Amino acid sequence: MKKLVLIAGTSFVLFSCGGKKESSNTLSGTIDIDGSSTVYPITEAVAEEFKKVYPDVKVAVALSGTGGGFKKFVRGETDINDASRPITHFEDSIAKANGVEYIELEVAYDGLAVVINPQNTWCNDIKVEELKKIWEPEAQGKITKWNQIRPEWPDEPLHLYGAGVESGTYDYFTEAIVGKAHSSRGDYTSSEDDNVLVQGVSSDKNALGFFGFAYYEENKDKIKLVAVDNGNGAVLPSVETVKNKTYKPLSRPLYIYINNKAAKRKEVQEFINFYLDKMNTLVSEVGYIPLSDEEIKAVKEKWQNFLQTHSNNQ
Amino acid sequence: MLTTKKSNWKEFIIEKILQFSALISIFTTLGILYVLISESIDFFKEVPLSEFLFDTQWTPLFSEKHFGILPLLSGTLLTSFIAILVAVPVGLSIAIFLNEYAPKSLRKILKPVLEVLAAIPTVVYGYFALMVVTPFLQTFIPNLSGFNALSPGIVMGIMILPMVASLSEDALYAIPYSLREASYGMGATKLQTVFRVLIPSASSGIIVSIILAISRAFGETMIVAIAAGQQPNFTFDPTVPIETITTYIVQVSLGDVVQGSIEYKTIYAAGIALFVLTFILNNISYFIRKKYQKYQL
Repeated sequence: MKKLVLIAGTSFVLFSCGGKKESSNTLSGTIDIDGSSTVYPITEAVAEEFKKVYPDVKVAVALSGTGGGFKKFVRGETDINDASRPITHFEDSIAKANGVEYIELEVAYDGLAVVINPQNTWCNDIKVEELKKIWEPEAQGKITKWNQIRPEWPDEPLHLYGAGVESGTYDYFTEAIVGKAHSSRGDYTSSEDDNVLVQGVSSDKNALGFFGFAYYEENKDKIKLVAVDNGNGAVLPSVETVKNKTYKPLSRPLYIYINNKAAKRKEVQEFINFYLDKMNTLVSEVGYIPLSDEEIKAVKEKWQNFLQTHSNNQ
Repeated sequence: MLTTKKSNWKEFIIEKILQFSALISIFTTLGILYVLISESIDFFKEVPLSEFLFDTQWTPLFSEKHFGILPLLSGTLLTSFIAILVAVPVGLSIAIFLNEYAPKSLRKILKPVLEVLAAIPTVVYGYFALMVVTPFLQTFIPNLSGFNALSPGIVMGIMILPMVASLSEDALYAIPYSLREASYGMGATKLQTVFRVLIPSASSGIIVSIILAISRAFGETMIVAIAAGQQPNFTFDPTVPIETITTYIVQVSLGDVVQGSIEYKTIYAAGIALFVLTFILNNISYFIRKKYQKYQL
């Protein structure tokens, strides 16, 4: 009975899609993806859309983190690696030793916003060292007042709000600010749910928090941005400053890496084409900053060139 | 002959069904206990009990791990204490009013309205605390943060109000009328009768209602998860964000914590701490009720 339903269901899907793209729907196979948990939501969203069109292709997206994913990728165990930083020289040398060739494609930008309550009149900009002083593990239970950060700031309690410990946002923030991923004080309101953080900061005059920039965009009227000063002047995060890389260190490009051998497989090629077509809408949906039209065009060209040069080699 | 056989057979089936229903609750309790204990044994292999009980920091999810239950416990006790502070005086007043003063027509309206309070889903109470009560309190407590113990505590007090009111009212109602008549006969006023005679005689019933309300407050999850914050904080200051035991369990269950890791096992340790607390309270109330029934005879 189950089999019958399955057959009926599959043939229904095949027939209903069959009219338009008969040949492409016969694609099958498995695509193994691993890597960054930050890029994961984009890739997972693309994979879900892809499965609707190509139900016979299995797309397995794991999230071992950028480094963990590269470990497998450079041994040729995965087809695609999600990455929130470029591949390192060391990882590249292992890939060469294993005869793994690859291509790097940029897919989106990610920015983190440092935010305060709109009633906070004293804090307009903050230095990276000051953020470090607030968030490093040694600050726990000690840095509890605004005037401990900067003497001219008021003698008011400092209430902290930040991304949940298991999130990529937390890893990214701690790495960029504290200097070591997954290392921070523990006495702050931490939540994986950004709504909780927005609610907390928007209802607390003495709050300071951080979360994905896209989330600020949705709640502009309730919270206020703080400009971050990395030594070259204070910069407010915006789509422009994230893209032109002046908003540092809380912004970075996100990548996918594709194994050369995998890229010769039809289903992987189709998946990447699909990815590059759909990603801009999905990127904004999951909360990142999309590439500009020119950048998308450049990425697509890079991908097509890669396909041509490498299929000629064969 | 045939009919009796048939009815015997029927009765047997019904009896078994009833028995099965009763057993379900026992097996569920045993199952929960088993899971809690077996998982927290693993936890206590890695974390000494002394650290769990006396460390004043709770940061199992961070790189510098501390496993002191005290911050979560203080959060639970603080919100429950505020709730009791609201529920007991108001609930008791309602019980006395309904039982001694209210005209029958008003009583008929008040009782169902009171019971409606118990029917409101706690998630609604939670958002009520966060969106209405907290901003209102902030108008005269300017330093109150958006997440705090005060506002969910008050709202939780309103939630457990029907429990205190109706159980206390039952206790007052059960007092023999002769006691009232004797009091009036001695020349006591109504107020004197209520506070010197009725409340002392109903005290065990009232205490039971309060204890049951406390254990309900301990276990309450949604209101505090929404409005009290998610920051383990060893403090009894009601104006700052805190985290209760129940909120912590929710937070970890919803997050991406790896199953089987020490971080994951902390929720069982927290769960068993909560279980022990409410278990003790329920037993005290059972004990008092037993004693009270003896006096009734």
